[in-house]
Amino acid sequence: MGRRVAARLGQAVVVVWIVATLAFVLIHAAPGDPFSFDAPTVSEAVRAHWRAEFGYDRPLATQYLLWLGNLAHGNLGYSHSMHEPVRDALAAALPRTLVLMAVALVGAFVLGILLALFQVEHRGTRRARWAGNVALFFYSVPDFWLALVMVLAFAYWLPILPAGYPVSMATHDYMAPLAAFVDSLRHLVLPALTLVLLTTAGIARFQRNELLDVLPLDFVRTARAKGLSERQVVRRHVLRNALIPTITLFGLSMPTLLGGSVFVEKVFAWQGMGWVVVNAIGLRDYPMVLAGVLVGTVMVILGNLAADLAYGLADPRLRVD
Amino acid sequence: MLTERARAAGRAWARLAPGARLALGVIAVFVLGAVLAPWLTRYQPWQQLDVVRLKSLPPSWAHPFGTDRFSRDVFTRILYGAQLSLSIATLAVLVSSTVGLLYGAMAGYTGGWIDAVMMRFIDAMLSVPRVLMLIAVLALWSPVPVPALVLLIGLTGWFDVARIVRGQAMALRDREFVVAARALGANPARIVWRHVLPNVLSPVIVAGALAVGNVIVLEAGLSFLGIGVHEPMASWGTMFQDAANQFVSTWWAVIFPGIAIVATVLAFNTLGDALRDLLDARQLPGQPAADLPEPAHG
Repeated sequence: MGRRVAARLGQAVVVVWIVATLAFVLIHAAPGDPFSFDAPTVSEAVRAHWRAEFGYDRPLATQYLLWLGNLAHGNLGYSHSMHEPVRDALAAALPRTLVLMAVALVGAFVLGILLALFQVEHRGTRRARWAGNVALFFYSVPDFWLALVMVLAFAYWLPILPAGYPVSMATHDYMAPLAAFVDSLRHLVLPALTLVLLTTAGIARFQRNELLDVLPLDFVRTARAKGLSERQVVRRHVLRNALIPTITLFGLSMPTLLGGSVFVEKVFAWQGMGWVVVNAIGLRDYPMVLAGVLVGTVMVILGNLAADLAYGLADPRLRVD
Repeated sequence: MLTERARAAGRAWARLAPGARLALGVIAVFVLGAVLAPWLTRYQPWQQLDVVRLKSLPPSWAHPFGTDRFSRDVFTRILYGAQLSLSIATLAVLVSSTVGLLYGAMAGYTGGWIDAVMMRFIDAMLSVPRVLMLIAVLALWSPVPVPALVLLIGLTGWFDVARIVRGQAMALRDREFVVAARALGANPARIVWRHVLPNVLSPVIVAGALAVGNVIVLEAGLSFLGIGVHEPMASWGTMFQDAANQFVSTWWAVIFPGIAIVATVLAFNTLGDALRDLLDARQLPGQPAADLPEPAHG
């Protein structure tokens, strides 16, 4: 087990390096640089000075080697859009994204599995078909559009929740601890709910198929023959065996969640990683963009690794060594 | 011959789930709307009718879906937007399906270390957060022309297809008809082309139908961020670009294009599911897999 994890981690480092190189080339080969923004008052001499100061005047190969060396030491460079080291900007933004993704992940799994259970227990009925249609609907909705509709519905037509930002910007710092906590929670509801709805559908569809795959197995027939009700059969015998593949989805939903959170953060002005990176792209803040892509890659790889390990832990038959 | 074919088509139609027939109908309506756009509306998609008196109008008889804040007719823009959004999605999926099909068939049929290297590459590419990378590249190279956008979306979307095809191709390698072709001296390229590709096509078609829906959503998202299709061209995504800033007051400019996207994507996803049921031999149409007679155990 330990050796396998080490081997996978070794591979992961290689993959990160490949992606980092690809991203560096694609991003630095683009026309312009962080100091080519439109501003008539900034003279060419000043721009040249800035370029020299931050090293953008050097050959691309030198920049790449320097960046790679710094990366190996955990130095991600200086962010021109946030006016602070990339590491500090990420340290502020990443937890916000992680909170959003964690809440969404847990919520989506609970909802998705319940929805799949409902569909399978009532299979063949009109209610189950409608549940399937609802799942397919949310599976088909664009991330940003659902976010916009949520704002329209719950912050404007029915004004019960705040529409944006992680906290009430003006007043949050002056609130009592409990009130501040409630304030944060209230701001979390809409973006998290949006992400939950977007992710649930995929999980429900997957879980339903897994449940249906287990249903025809012999032990299920035995359980029925014992006289258990359909509900007991499904919950006690089918679900337990159909859950194993779903565990891996925890890790494998990472790309979906990351993509979704970029749009959700943009609409809700949730200043997490997605928001910071989209903002940085507009200002050609290369170090920040590269860091964002890299952090995303690392998250996806860790998700895959976790999925692999979880699979082995949950089902000893599938352990490779 | 023709009647035989027509009868086969009729049988396929009859076997299709009712939901899928509805889905095909919805897709047909949007394709027709896109093609017939010049005859269905009097306006041009970029035409600003009257920026003073006709801007941000709620839905009415003259403008069934209202006008946006530049006084453009939302209905017109949805029709013309369908042209661009549907073409981009279809072409991008054609690109990704073709590349994935060829790559996967090659890796799976060849096997050995070539297959191992090819699949490692796929593993690496699948760990790239596609949306973040696309946003970064598109924004920094902006404005990206539409053909390049199609290629970028297509060339970042074939990894899953390649994986599916490779698994199928590996299983086919040792089947009798492939072994027979090899024994008769056919070269590998011919075997892949004549014997492997036709037999791995059905999962690719299913994946393709689902991918069209995905790409419509992706293109809409990118254009929403202002980096996909650029104004004044109308795609379903560009319609949100500035509508999103005023979406509380001019909600119709956000809701109607959104409904167009959801209806189309829903149709493609329903169609994909139905095709999977139809092409999956383990499952009969309209019947959940579990109700099938159980396979005989050895």
